[in-house]
Amino acid sequence: MKKLNFHIVKREPMVWYKSVLVRAAAIVAALLVSAVVITLLTGKNPLQIYASMISGAFGSSLRIWSLLQNIAILLCISLAVTPAFKMKFWNCGAEGQVLISGLATTAVMMFLGDSLPYPVLLLVMLAASVLAGVVWAVIPAFFKAMWNTNETLFTLMMNYVAIQFVAFFLKYFVKSGSGVLAPMPEHGLPVLAGQSYLLNIIIVAVLTLIVYIYLKKTKHGYEISVVGESENTAKYIGINVRKVVVRTLVVSGALCGIAGLLLVGGTNHTISTTTVDGRGFTAIMVSWLGKFNPVYMVLTSFLIVFLQRGAGQVSTDFRLPSAISDIVTGIILFFIIGCEFFLQYKILSAKNRKEND
Amino acid sequence: MAETAAIELKNISKYFGGKAANKNVNLSINTGEILSILGENGSGKTTLMNMIAGIYFPDEGQIFIDGKEVVIRSPRDAFKYKIGMIHQHFKLVDVFSATENIILGIENKEKFDLKAAANRVKEISERYGFDVDPMKKIHEMSVSEKQTVEIIKVLYRGADILILDEPTAVLTPQETQKLFSVLRKMKDDGKSIIIITHKLHEVLSLSDRVAVLRKGEYVGTVRTAEADEAILTEMMVGKKVSLNIERSEPKNCEERLIIKNLNCVDREGVKILNNVSFTAHSGEILGIAGIAGSGQRELLEAIAGLQKVNEGEILYNNPKTGECDNLRDKTPMQIRDLGVRLSFVPEDRLGMGLVGNMDIIDNMMLRSYRKGHSMFLERKGPRDLAEKIIKDLEVVTPDAKTPVRRLSGGNIQKILVGREIAAAPTVLMAAYPVRGLDIGASYTIYNLLNKQKEKGVAVIFVGEDLDVLIELCDRIIVIGSGSITGTVDARTATKEEIGLLMTKSTAHGGEA
Repeated sequence: MKKLNFHIVKREPMVWYKSVLVRAAAIVAALLVSAVVITLLTGKNPLQIYASMISGAFGSSLRIWSLLQNIAILLCISLAVTPAFKMKFWNCGAEGQVLISGLATTAVMMFLGDSLPYPVLLLVMLAASVLAGVVWAVIPAFFKAMWNTNETLFTLMMNYVAIQFVAFFLKYFVKSGSGVLAPMPEHGLPVLAGQSYLLNIIIVAVLTLIVYIYLKKTKHGYEISVVGESENTAKYIGINVRKVVVRTLVVSGALCGIAGLLLVGGTNHTISTTTVDGRGFTAIMVSWLGKFNPVYMVLTSFLIVFLQRGAGQVSTDFRLPSAISDIVTGIILFFIIGCEFFLQYKILSAKNRKEND
Repeated sequence: MAETAAIELKNISKYFGGKAANKNVNLSINTGEILSILGENGSGKTTLMNMIAGIYFPDEGQIFIDGKEVVIRSPRDAFKYKIGMIHQHFKLVDVFSATENIILGIENKEKFDLKAAANRVKEISERYGFDVDPMKKIHEMSVSEKQTVEIIKVLYRGADILILDEPTAVLTPQETQKLFSVLRKMKDDGKSIIIITHKLHEVLSLSDRVAVLRKGEYVGTVRTAEADEAILTEMMVGKKVSLNIERSEPKNCEERLIIKNLNCVDREGVKILNNVSFTAHSGEILGIAGIAGSGQRELLEAIAGLQKVNEGEILYNNPKTGECDNLRDKTPMQIRDLGVRLSFVPEDRLGMGLVGNMDIIDNMMLRSYRKGHSMFLERKGPRDLAEKIIKDLEVVTPDAKTPVRRLSGGNIQKILVGREIAAAPTVLMAAYPVRGLDIGASYTIYNLLNKQKEKGVAVIFVGEDLDVLIELCDRIIVIGSGSITGTVDARTATKEEIGLLMTKSTAHGGEA
């Protein structure tokens, strides 16, 4: 038959160094294609563009700290959604869970900042933000567990509720009436070794390790995997599925709570409706790309933050519309995600196959 | 005899991925002949037939019809060459009548005339001895009636070559006999019939010749008159196998599990179990026979604590404490906490008994991971168990870290049964444990069940092959539409007797 001259075939798992090579090849190919696209669209030298991207991410110690800080926040939110995703509970509400926790932190800083001793204030901030995150995550989990509601829609809608709460808060409690809350660094998280972001980075590093152990080595983590893979199997061996769903979303919400604390208490020291800035959704991509493995997620969150920061720098350096940097980011992600296909499948031409046999 | 074959295959090969599903198959069938295609599960029988019926296209080889080479690209092409296939899973529209289904999709320039069509259907039925009402709706039909409609559908289109894929899998012994007599009539009428099966006695009683496939390769064709079960099995498996199940007399029988007047309804409120009562003894294999979907699954799940019980009792006599516990309305966890050692090999292996994406070690852990108060998992015990099962049951796997879905059906089942037996059960329930397994693996499973019985376990075995049930079990209860229709002694019962009980309806004042 002449019509079909190639086949797509699932391949045996690759040896690790080969899969690393395929991924490296994907990045090289992505850079080459981006270079062609950049030259065609702008006439600029692509090497300069890449240099500018790298400088945007690593160009000065300030930029490096800022890069690490952004990775930390994104990674923290990604860690938060991962247990739920592993359970196939599509938590698209990290945006709202982080924002509402940030709001709780803000409120504590604003109303109790001057009256409580500093260590007590920190504890109250932690408790308030974790509690807020948990509440925001558990409401959809409870409805899912009891009445099998659609968690995707439910968590998405909770995002809007959180945004409106913040808008309301800013309108009624900011005395100037401008709707913009002045930062309160004096009530923020402590600054370690003169580096304002160091504490955030350390906390997220520790959390990465904890979430890794939680998912891989504990009974809870095992139950999450079983429920995610097959609810029937879970019931068959006597797992209380409802309990696991709610418990896992408590964990997910609590981690979002910590992300909110780090974002408001450790970074911005204030809040606006755009404080989370879409990272609740980017985190979903980080988690998927990292195959729900916290260690891989360190790499994927680095990649995404690096691309964002680098692209931002390109726009300023070359006065290019930001769309150009979005195109480059898109091309690179396309190749990286696309190469996963080649890790799992191979394409054989009809001729080839006969030779193989 | 230099007669040209009705259909002839030459060097047909088909590949899925890198794997050959069929390789260099040569086959021919004459007019007025019944040919059986025999082979184990996964030997490529259905794939081969699908290529004749136009569902798959062969990668290599040629097909000849009446001596001329043809290209069959679609089922429509197949009909052009008067080939029709009756699939294992029926393809009928439920709300249409038999006639409407039969004429569906026939392109005809004439005026649409349902009455004339119905008359033709009647005519065909009478000619071959079918028993079907042309105006009856499909959803009101039994499985065997639906099959009849499928066969008439093919005949209506003028097929001279009929391919039937495992037609007896869903039939009772009586219905099977009826089907066979119809097929013989068609043969006398000059039709060529190909029947796919893995049941040896059917092959022997029905067909003129048998073509055997093994692992996608064509082994050979023999005249049925010159064959017997041993020869065919050897061709199928590639080595001599003993087909005897050694059944010992039950010893130390105690009443272990007593089911009293069990009633269950499904989500729509339809009764699925109706006043089911029976007792399972220790040291005995209790068989459950019945047409698929008669409530077997719900019965086992009710005992395992997975199905809501509306009425009745499930009593367990604990041999350790001597106490009698009622398991009704208890969750699987609570049942285990009572000290009831109940093992369950469910019908749905990868969707319920095991997690396909997890490796063998983690699947072993399903039963035991809760042990101890630590919040961390202990993988050493499960790893040792996995290694032991791989060794004892000869599981073919690269290692214990391989996801179970990558293994073959037989090996998956060995892992599941091995794990359930490792829990040292007092009651072992197994639903269709050999479905899809090859002969060697099936006998491994039968032996495992027998060993459990000898250890004093109360074994409950839900099966579909009546020959096996009769050979393996001590007693057989027969279930029909959710009710127990009879209990027989497996040592004296016949297939026909069980077959009658399977279709007998006791519920709602039906004929008793």
